Amino acid sequence: MSVWTRHQIFEKNSIILLIGILLVVAIGGLVEITPLFYLKSTIEKVDGIRPYTPLELAGRNIYVREGCYLCHSQMIRPLRDEVERYGHYSLAAESMYDHPFQWGSKRTGPDLARVGAKYSDEWHVTHLRNPRSIVPQSVMPGYPFLASNEVDASQIGDHLRTQQIIGVPYTDDQVQNAAADLKAQVDPDSPGADAFLKRYPKAVARNFDGKPGNPTEMDALIAYLQMLGTLVDFTLYNEKANLR
Amino acid sequence: MSENKEIDAVSGTSTTGHEWDGIKELNTPLPRWWLLTFYACIIWAIGYWVVYPAWPTVSGYTTGILHYSSRANVAVDLADLEKIRGEKMVALASAPIVDIEKDPALLALARARGKAAFGDNCAPCHGTGAAGAKGFPNLNDDDWLWGGKLEQVLQTIQHGVRSGDPKAHEGAMLAFGQQGILKPAEIVTVANYVRSLSGLPTAAGYDKAAGAKIFADNCAACHGADGKGNQDLGAPNLTDKIWLYGGDEATIIETVTNGRGGVMPAWSARLDGATVKALAVYVHTLGGGQ
Amino acid sequence: MTIGETCLALIFALAVLLCIYAASQAHDAAFAFHAYVSAAASAVAVLAIFNRYFERPAALAPQEIDGRPNYNFGPIKFSSVMAMFWGIAGFLVGLIIALQLAFPVLNFDLPWIQFGRMRPLHTSAVIFAFGGNVLLATSFYVVQKTSRVRLAGDLAPWFVVLGYNFFILIAGTGYLLGVTQGKEYAEPEWYADLWLTIVWVTYLLVFLVTLIKRKQPHIYEANWFYLAMILTIAVLHLGNNPALPVSFFGSKSYVAWGGVQDAMFQWWYGHNAVGFFLTAGFLAIMYYFVPKRAERPIYSYRLSIVHFWALIFLYIWAGPHHLHYTALPDWAQTLGMTFSIMLWMPSWGGMINGLMTLSGAWDKLRTDPVLRMLVVSVAFYGMSTFEGPMMSIKVVNSLSHYTDWTIGHVHSGALGWVGFVSFGALYCLFPWLWNRRLYSLKLVNWHFWTATIGIVLYISAMWVSGILQGLMWRAYTSLGFLEYSFIETVEAMHPFYVIRAAGGALFLIGALIMAYNLWMTVRVGEASESETPRVALSPAE
Ligand code: HEC
Ligand code: HEC
Ligand code: HEC
Ligand code: HEM
Ligand code: HEM
Ligand SMILES: [Ca+2]
Ligand SMILES: [Ca+2]
Ligand SMILES: [Cu+2]
Repeated sequence: MSVWTRHQIFEKNSIILLIGILLVVAIGGLVEITPLFYLKSTIEKVDGIRPYTPLELAGRNIYVREGCYLCHSQMIRPLRDEVERYGHYSLAAESMYDHPFQWGSKRTGPDLARVGAKYSDEWHVTHLRNPRSIVPQSVMPGYPFLASNEVDASQIGDHLRTQQIIGVPYTDDQVQNAAADLKAQVDPDSPGADAFLKRYPKAVARNFDGKPGNPTEMDALIAYLQMLGTLVDFTLYNEKANLR
Repeated sequence: MSENKEIDAVSGTSTTGHEWDGIKELNTPLPRWWLLTFYACIIWAIGYWVVYPAWPTVSGYTTGILHYSSRANVAVDLADLEKIRGEKMVALASAPIVDIEKDPALLALARARGKAAFGDNCAPCHGTGAAGAKGFPNLNDDDWLWGGKLEQVLQTIQHGVRSGDPKAHEGAMLAFGQQGILKPAEIVTVANYVRSLSGLPTAAGYDKAAGAKIFADNCAACHGADGKGNQDLGAPNLTDKIWLYGGDEATIIETVTNGRGGVMPAWSARLDGATVKALAVYVHTLGGGQ
Repeated sequence: MTIGETCLALIFALAVLLCIYAASQAHDAAFAFHAYVSAAASAVAVLAIFNRYFERPAALAPQEIDGRPNYNFGPIKFSSVMAMFWGIAGFLVGLIIALQLAFPVLNFDLPWIQFGRMRPLHTSAVIFAFGGNVLLATSFYVVQKTSRVRLAGDLAPWFVVLGYNFFILIAGTGYLLGVTQGKEYAEPEWYADLWLTIVWVTYLLVFLVTLIKRKQPHIYEANWFYLAMILTIAVLHLGNNPALPVSFFGSKSYVAWGGVQDAMFQWWYGHNAVGFFLTAGFLAIMYYFVPKRAERPIYSYRLSIVHFWALIFLYIWAGPHHLHYTALPDWAQTLGMTFSIMLWMPSWGGMINGLMTLSGAWDKLRTDPVLRMLVVSVAFYGMSTFEGPMMSIKVVNSLSHYTDWTIGHVHSGALGWVGFVSFGALYCLFPWLWNRRLYSLKLVNWHFWTATIGIVLYISAMWVSGILQGLMWRAYTSLGFLEYSFIETVEAMHPFYVIRAAGGALFLIGALIMAYNLWMTVRVGEASESETPRVALSPAE
């Protein structure tokens, strides 16, 4: 029997064909994905990474909802021009609590992995409302509606709880106080702000959209943008230990 | 499978003898060039695995004989870049800021460095041509909020304005309306007075003397009795028709009612010292440097 | 009523109640909207099942009539029409987003139609709605014809095509309302994902059982590819989409995977959505429609075998080429790159089999624009599967990644390959299904040329802009500093975005010509006993 006639076993039996296909397509994924869960080198050892504050998380959800990732990457590649333009190349650790990841695949706009603290809140408000009022050449859509939508604080505890279940290290304390923390972060002078900062050391409480009152989607999105890439102190980061 | 085999008249090749809904198949052998190219790709891949990191193992991965790492590589590339930029870049980092413009080579380098950094870091606020936008000052003109001398520009760039940096320029325009210091009618009056300072037309029937009085009582402390501003406080010159936020009556009223306090980020944490210096030189030589 | 009818009617009746309850408890407006739509759809389903029961003859449709298989064409007709509908919708949205990139005022500052929400609508509408319906229609047609049996199941095929299109409706309206998981090509939220799982498994069963019932000793090539497509898409969907909803009464969920692992899962999925949905599935179409239309035997059985197994084995590994130079470890990137290179020849195996099947029939290209469309699609397939491996090489990808070059590559595959092979298949299917003669070959010719010029404008504009963008990003002055700021590169793209939009407009016009042609075929076309004798004389459903 030639090799070619042996193949008839697949052609004559749909179940064997089915099983054959299943086995053949299973291998690649298993070999490439499984090690990422157990190899220690996959995620660098680095200090400073923390879960998002409730407000930042709400902002991140708006980022996802509006599809910003379709124009903006959050992944600086280790290539000299990118490192010069955007800052230190991105680490796997920096997105380890990101569900889903937002590395992106197209840069219609610039990379945002380290946009945090680069511009003022006011700039972001103006820019998000109408990018062309400030960057005439921009092709980014305007998002004026964010300024008038309030963030729904009533559900945010459930969001943190859900994240906790899928492995983001939120403490129960953080989960329980999520709604209060969400509000406190835009009101640095309020009594809740101190408790908030205790739960999220190094986070910033600020009135991001410059308007008094409950957090708006503008507050949340800017809070998120302003923390992007700010968690790792690269003067302390051990480059050599994390090559892979 | 041999029963129905036949020879296809066009190609002279035999069919396999199967037929589905009128479709038959020829038993043509694999094209040789195709097979060889396929083998070549496989061999190339194997070779690549030998040389580069490739296969995961139980506790690590095969590093390949080159021990290649894209992260190690970029460090090398960046070091090479420093070689292109050369000794002058080291000189730039250490030279006192006021000496840079005296050395043509250093100046050219600083301007080149400055231009490159300006496009991605400053242009989003100050515009690609540094002409500014509402709330973001024009850096080409000789009207300076915080001073146009090299050291002053450098200081502004390094530490920013109201940026949270401990050495940042501080102080802001008060919200006279919001805080109830001035009544709306008074604000309209003083707004018109401010317009008159730079020779702009004023509303019919406005009381100049009252405006001057309100200005002297409330504004002169920062903007000066003559309205020419004060660079120590970042208070703009109100007599020169150059506006940061706008000189129409409505905008001035808004400014006086709600106050202003634009934020310029501090760059010494994000950009290296030589680059910040280069930026100062670049901005200084844009046209308005003092 | 049959057991199937009874059970399904009961399930949908229950679904009506559940959906109304869910709507009443909804945490967000989009979820409430979807719950109401689902309740309405379930109610319609119950009515439809009863209606069909009362209308149909007591006995179910026979498997054979006069010794000839009684093919089930109803669901195929539905999917073919939906393919045309979604195709035009998807191309139109593509044109709109292309115009938005050229003229951003067209976002109108409105949440629902801004670029970030419309873009997933475009990709889903063209890939899953247009492509998916073409796959459903052709696979149900081909598997019946090449197995010489009636499609398995009575309600099941209808459940598949209707359920699938309902999934599209939920997914698409969801994007506009801001409901998304934020994973490219897997944007639908958890409830849409769950629904798709049910539909897709039914699809697999219908297809598989039809194969099992076949009256042919051998399974035809096309069906290997369809089966691989259906099965692997199921695996990919399940692997990439596990998510935990924040509440069972809300639309938002969080994907189980995070960070680098999520990235790898995503592009394992994303790349193989290309590999199995847009490649294996459409190769199956090629394997039936090209030999059929050219009336020539498949060029090489042996090549079919080798390239089939090599293709499906190697494709799965290539995902990391979407993650070159990212925080994915280097070793995985190497695997992605090397397997992509090895994938080149197995991909071309399909092209060779498609093109060489024409040997002896090349002259038909002059007279038959439908065949020409099919053949040009295979040429585009060859081109994009050469370009793909090239872009997988890390040095090339360091330039092309993140740029319009990727978009150009996508659309040479999407417009040239997926688009044209689908058009060719639909031009064959409509006359066969409705037993009509195609209304006008001349209009097909017009479609062919408008669309071809459109594609050429689109992809050449994107190649130029992509390479230009990549080169500008990395350009250094002689002194060693970055030459261009990012915003200068945005400005430089403008003319190409305009050209691309023009190309897209032409492509859309071509599709409109096609829709008119097919409409006229079904409406006024003459019955075509003579032209296509192969059409089974099945009682229309
Ligand atoms: C159509 C593509 C597009 C979409 C969608 C888009 N952007 Fe942009 N974005 C751009 C472009 C182009 C620029 C560069 C020009 C500019 O600054 O406006 C930019 C710039 C930015 C910048 C400044 C980055 C820098 O370093 O200069 C931020 C921050 C930003 N976008 C955030 C967002 C957010 C948040 C969203 C979603 C709510 C979003 N963008 C959606 C195209 C887009
Ligand atoms: C977030 C927006 C923003 C960015 C980015 C920014 N600036 Fe500014 N800059 C401002 C604002 C706002 C002011 C005015 C502050 C004030 O109102 O006093 C300012 C003021 C200045 C001044 C002082 C002007 C004067 O009249 O005294 C200089 C010089 C300057 N910027 C240079 C730069 C340079 C160089 C960069 C880039 C490294 C830069 N800026 C980036 C917002 C920005
Ligand atoms: C505490 C100091 C202070 C006082 C008092 C003050 N200003 Fe100002 N003023 C500033 C500063 C600082 C700015 C610049 C704000 C910025 O750069 O964002 C400014 C800006 C302005 C501007 C905007 C100029 C432009 O180019 O758009 C106007 C108009 C103005 N002041 C008018 C007034 C008037 C009228 C009064 C009195 C009623 C007043 N200021 C009192 C500090 C002051
Ligand atoms: C009228 C025809 C079409 C036009 C004008 C068009 C236009 C566009 C535009 C403007 C984008 C966004 C590009 C960007 O973000 O820079 C896009 C993305 C995309 N389109 Fe189309 N498109 C068309 C047809 C198609 C077809 C037929 C398919 C598939 C069968 C398709 C598949 C895709 C995919 C997969 C993407 C995402 C690419 C990526 O993320 O890399 N498009 N299209
Ligand atoms: C051998 C075959 C192929 C290989 C090796 C390949 C490789 C690639 C590579 C390297 C990229 C760019 C990834 C990046 O830099 O982000 C890409 C993107 C893409 N390709 Fe292919 N390609 C192949 C065939 C095809 C075909 C036939 C299609 C059909 C439509 C297609 C559709 C796409 C799409 C939609 C993307 C964009 C993914 C995204 O959203 O980023 N590819 N492909
Ligand atoms: Ca993409
Ligand atoms: Ca999904
Ligand atoms: Cu791919």
